[in-house]
Amino acid sequence: MKDLLKIGGKSVNNRLFIGTGKFSSYDVMKRALEEAGADVVTVALRRVDSSSKTDNILDYIPKECILVPNTSGARNADEAVRIARLSRAAGCGDWVKIEVIQDNKYLLPDNLETLKATEILAKEGFVVLPYMSPDLSMAKRLVDAGAAAVMPLGSPIGSNRGIKTKELVEILISEIKIPVIVDAGLGSPSNACECMEMGCSAVLVNTAIAIAENPVGMAKAFSDAVKAGRLAYGAGIPQSTRHANPSSPLTGFLRQRK
Amino acid sequence: MSFYDLYSQYKDVDTAFHLISSKDVEKAFQAQKPSIDHFLSLLSPAAYSYLEEMAARAREITLRYFGKTIQLYTPLYLSNYCDNACAYCGFNAANSIERRKLSINEVEEEARAIARTGLKHILILTGESREMSPVSYIKECVRILKKYFTSISVEIYALTEAEYGDLTAEGVDGLAIYQEVYDEDLYKKMHPAGPKSDYKFRLDSPERGARAGMRNVNIGVLLGLDDWRREAFWLGLHTDYLQDLFPGVELSVSLPRVRPHAGSFTPAHEVDDRAMVQIITALRIFSPRLGISMSTRERSDFRENLIAIGLTRMSAGSSTRVGGHAIGLNEETAPAQFQIQDTRSVGEIKAMLEAKGYQPVFKDWMRI
Repeated sequence: MKDLLKIGGKSVNNRLFIGTGKFSSYDVMKRALEEAGADVVTVALRRVDSSSKTDNILDYIPKECILVPNTSGARNADEAVRIARLSRAAGCGDWVKIEVIQDNKYLLPDNLETLKATEILAKEGFVVLPYMSPDLSMAKRLVDAGAAAVMPLGSPIGSNRGIKTKELVEILISEIKIPVIVDAGLGSPSNACECMEMGCSAVLVNTAIAIAENPVGMAKAFSDAVKAGRLAYGAGIPQSTRHANPSSPLTGFLRQRK
Repeated sequence: MSFYDLYSQYKDVDTAFHLISSKDVEKAFQAQKPSIDHFLSLLSPAAYSYLEEMAARAREITLRYFGKTIQLYTPLYLSNYCDNACAYCGFNAANSIERRKLSINEVEEEARAIARTGLKHILILTGESREMSPVSYIKECVRILKKYFTSISVEIYALTEAEYGDLTAEGVDGLAIYQEVYDEDLYKKMHPAGPKSDYKFRLDSPERGARAGMRNVNIGVLLGLDDWRREAFWLGLHTDYLQDLFPGVELSVSLPRVRPHAGSFTPAHEVDDRAMVQIITALRIFSPRLGISMSTRERSDFRENLIAIGLTRMSAGSSTRVGGHAIGLNEETAPAQFQIQDTRSVGEIKAMLEAKGYQPVFKDWMRI
C-alpha cells in the first residue's frame, strides 16, 4: 500500500515540498522539480508575471504539481488575505501558504496575524498552510481555524541551520492531528531526513536546493533523504544508547528470587 | 528620537578607525551577529588586507538570503527643474541648462517604451521644484505608470509625512532618498542654497516615508564628497537604525560615486574600486538582508564583478535625462544629470546575468 500524505482533499506521494525562489534560472528550477519528482511546489505570488510570454514562472512548474502560492511580502493578516484572493482570481487555485512577516532581520513569522488570515481564508474555502513559529497553543488554534496543515520553521529562512526547533516540533507532532510540515532552515538532505524520522508529514525546502552548486542533483538528494526518513519512521527506529546494556542492575534481583 | 542623535553619538569615528587592529577585524569576522563596533572594524584600514576573505563571506551570505537573482529596474526622469544648488549635480539651479518637464502624455510614451523591455519596477525622478514638479504632478504621473509597472519608487525631493502618505495611497511602494553626505558641516557646504540645505529635514526623510507606508526604503551616500570610511559607516548605522524602527520595511542602499556632469565640480576624495568592495562586503556582513543597488553610473565590468559578492539590484537600459527613453530628447534639449558608463540595454543586461548563472528578476512586487 502506498504511503500517501492526505492533505486538502488530495493525496501526495512525494513528501518533499519545494520552494521556487533564488534559483539561477527558471530552467534550472524546472529541472530540479522534475528530478526530485516534486508533487507540491510553492511560489511567491508577488513574483508571478502572468503578462510575460517568456518569463512567467508558472510555465516552468510541471502541470501535475499542486501549486501553492505563498503570501510573501504580507506584513499583516489583511495583506495576506488580499494576496490569497488575488492568487485565486489569477487562476492559481485554492491552496495558499500563509507567510506574514513583520521582521526583515530574521524573517520570523507573526503567528497572531497568521492565525487571523487563516481564519478568514479557511472560511472562504482555501486550503490553508500557515508558516509559523512552533508554538503548541497557536498550532491548536490554527487547527480550530481550519488550517489544512501547520508549517513550523526549522530555523530562520535562508539560514541553512537545520532543525533547531526540534523539541518544539516534536511536541506539535505528538499533539496536533493535522500534518506537521517543517518549513525553512533545512540546509542539507540529512536535516530533511531527520525531520521525517521524527514523524513530520513532509518538509519544505528552497534555499538549500536553489543555491547548491548543482541544484538538480541536490533536489534529488533531498527527495531521496525525505523518502528514507519516512521509511525509517514507518519501520520504527529503535532507541539508541551510548553504551552496551548487558544486564539489569536494578531489577536483576527479581530473577534471582526462586 | 531622530537618527541625528545616533549620528551625533558616533560623529568622531576617524580616530576609532585607526585604533582597529587585525585581531579586531578577525573578531568581526567570527561574530554570529556583528555589532556596530564590528562593522567599524570591517570598514577600517586594518581590514583592507582582508578583502578576499570578506568577499567570500559576503558572497556566502548574499547567496543564502537573495539566491542567484538580481532585481532589475530603470530610472525615469520626469523633470529637471531644480531650486537647489548642490555643488556636484548637473541639475544645479545655477547651471544654465535646458529645463524640461514631461507632459502626462509624454510620461505614458516613456512608460510604454520601458514596459516593452519587460521591466516591472520603475524609479521616477525629479529635481526639487515644488512649483514645476509638485506632489500633485507626481501623483498624476503615478496614475499613468501604475498601468505599466507593478512597483513604483520615487527619488524626488524630501517630503512631509503627509505628502509621502499621498504617494503611497496613490500606489508608490518605494522611496529612494540619499543623504549624499552625512558630515553635517560638509553637507552645508555642498548644499548652500535651496530647500535641500536643511540637513535635518533631509536626514529624517526616510523615517517619514517609512511611517507613511513605504515598503521599500533605499538610502545612500554620494561617494567622493567626504572620506568614504566615515560616510559608509554612518550609512550602515542609518540602515541599522531604520530597520530597528521599521522591522517590516525592506531596506536597501545605493553607493553612487561622483560622476562627470554639467558644471565644474571635482570630488575631493578618491573612492577606488577596492574601497567600493570593502564598503559592500562590510555592509553585507553587518546587515545580511540589506538590499544593495548599483546603477549604470558604474562601469559594466565592475558591476559584473560585484554581482557575485553582494549586489541585489541593478538598473538597466538607463537614461539620466528627461525624455531619454522614447521621446528622443538629447544633450541639447534635456541634458543628462550625470554621465552613465554601462549603456547596455535591458536585453543585454538580462543576457549577461543569465550567462553568469543569475536570474534577472523583472517582477518582485505587486500592488495588493
